[in-house]
Amino acid sequence: MRVVQYSLSLLLMIWLVLPAWAAEPDGRTLYEENCAACHGLRGFGGVGVPLALEGFQRVVTDEYLRKTIRLGRPGRVMPAFTRLSDDEVHAIIAYVRSWNNIPSPVYSDTPVRGDAAHGKQLFARHCAACHGPEGIGGKGTGVTFSRPREAPLIAPALNNAGFLAAASDAILRQTLLNGRRGTPMPSARELGLSDQDINDVVAYLRTLGKGTPELTDWETEPTYLVVETDIPIEQAVENVKRAVLGVNFRLIRIQYLNQGLVPAGKENRQQVIVYFCNFDFLYEALAIDPRVGIYLPCRITLVREGGVTRIMAVNPKRISRIFNNRELIRACGEMKEIYEQILDEASL
Amino acid sequence: MKGIGKGRGSLLLVLLLGLACLTAQADDLIMVRSAQDFPETMLALQEAIKAEGYQIARVQRVDIGLTRRGFKTDKYRVVFFGRNEEISRLIRQQPELAPYLPLKISIFAEGSETLVVTMNPLILAELYPDSPARPVFRRWAQDVQRILRRIRVAQ
Repeated sequence: MRVVQYSLSLLLMIWLVLPAWAAEPDGRTLYEENCAACHGLRGFGGVGVPLALEGFQRVVTDEYLRKTIRLGRPGRVMPAFTRLSDDEVHAIIAYVRSWNNIPSPVYSDTPVRGDAAHGKQLFARHCAACHGPEGIGGKGTGVTFSRPREAPLIAPALNNAGFLAAASDAILRQTLLNGRRGTPMPSARELGLSDQDINDVVAYLRTLGKGTPELTDWETEPTYLVVETDIPIEQAVENVKRAVLGVNFRLIRIQYLNQGLVPAGKENRQQVIVYFCNFDFLYEALAIDPRVGIYLPCRITLVREGGVTRIMAVNPKRISRIFNNRELIRACGEMKEIYEQILDEASL
Repeated sequence: MKGIGKGRGSLLLVLLLGLACLTAQADDLIMVRSAQDFPETMLALQEAIKAEGYQIARVQRVDIGLTRRGFKTDKYRVVFFGRNEEISRLIRQQPELAPYLPLKISIFAEGSETLVVTMNPLILAELYPDSPARPVFRRWAQDVQRILRRIRVAQ
């Protein structure tokens, strides 16, 4: 009897799993599910860089795209897609290639030899204005709703470990030679650089990224911020309102937590949310990363239970991990301090 | 016949279940881009939320003054939703969940297209590893995936 049970279970599992293995991966669907939200439905860019640029596709290899998908860009929004199968990654790359029908270029594997010290000087003179000192990249997140469409991308972070692992010397060299048509990046030739100058810049780029810290600050952070007090919730709400104004934020709305989920008058009056905002801070956060809106406006949640009033907030530093955005982590750190000030003040 | 021992049989099932779950692995941030404009996508989002059995608590504007500050759009909203009895029960059991409730999805225009973004509720299982509500977080994650899939398919 047990054998029959196991056999049936085995068949059921095979029936569930097999279709995913057997079916040919559909590049377009995979792209739409995994990439389009950031890179645009047809690769014209958005939160992510425009993959459909001809100048980009002519220079990067399939191997570059594969490594980029696999490794992502740590701290620069693009996650590492480790859960996709090799076939699925290939299908996505084939779909991206189908937009312009440009095949993957073939390069020599020979490493580029150059004078990194001279390359550093050239980089500071010609590249750092857009790519930032030591290649830290432009500010902000791609061409978001906050950016003019004429600028198709934010200058990539060239010191990023994911980028450096994906881009071969030959790709770096070719990019410098060609520039990137459709973006503000000129060709090194237009800048008057020689072949050796270009090699020197490549040699310098290879020295970058060694000291880039991992995004692990969040690991030791508490899940949420809380203070407990025995003061009644009505008084605690007043304290929170006063504390919010004290840190130069504006009150947006005070409501019961289940307001809108129950008929008016039936809300739980022992659970209150205070929403508040500082518009300068909001604009700054949205310009860094428009996705951060899921944690806006700022809020303090109060819950009274068993004679104890808990005054709580999410810990922005802890949840910043999900955005994979180093710039945002700094802003989240600032926001955490503001929440802590409010909680301290409100519990007095 | 006792060809498959109880231990080995269980191991096999665990392995196969693990393989089945590979396809269900999820991202921390769930995003979808709609080719439809903001009002149509907002409508599709609200219908999708209701179709999954949730109630919309309210829609919050996060866009006051955005265009005045140089942003390209002022269409940015956060949609709060949930089921009252579920949320009330969870907060009663574990008040520290309250800062993350009710659930929410943000929606903003990007040119003529619209982006919809939310935190994967499975993150709550990571944030509260000992929570008795872990099965609820998993169900919410499936529901949210379905809500966003409806928007993608609707375009």
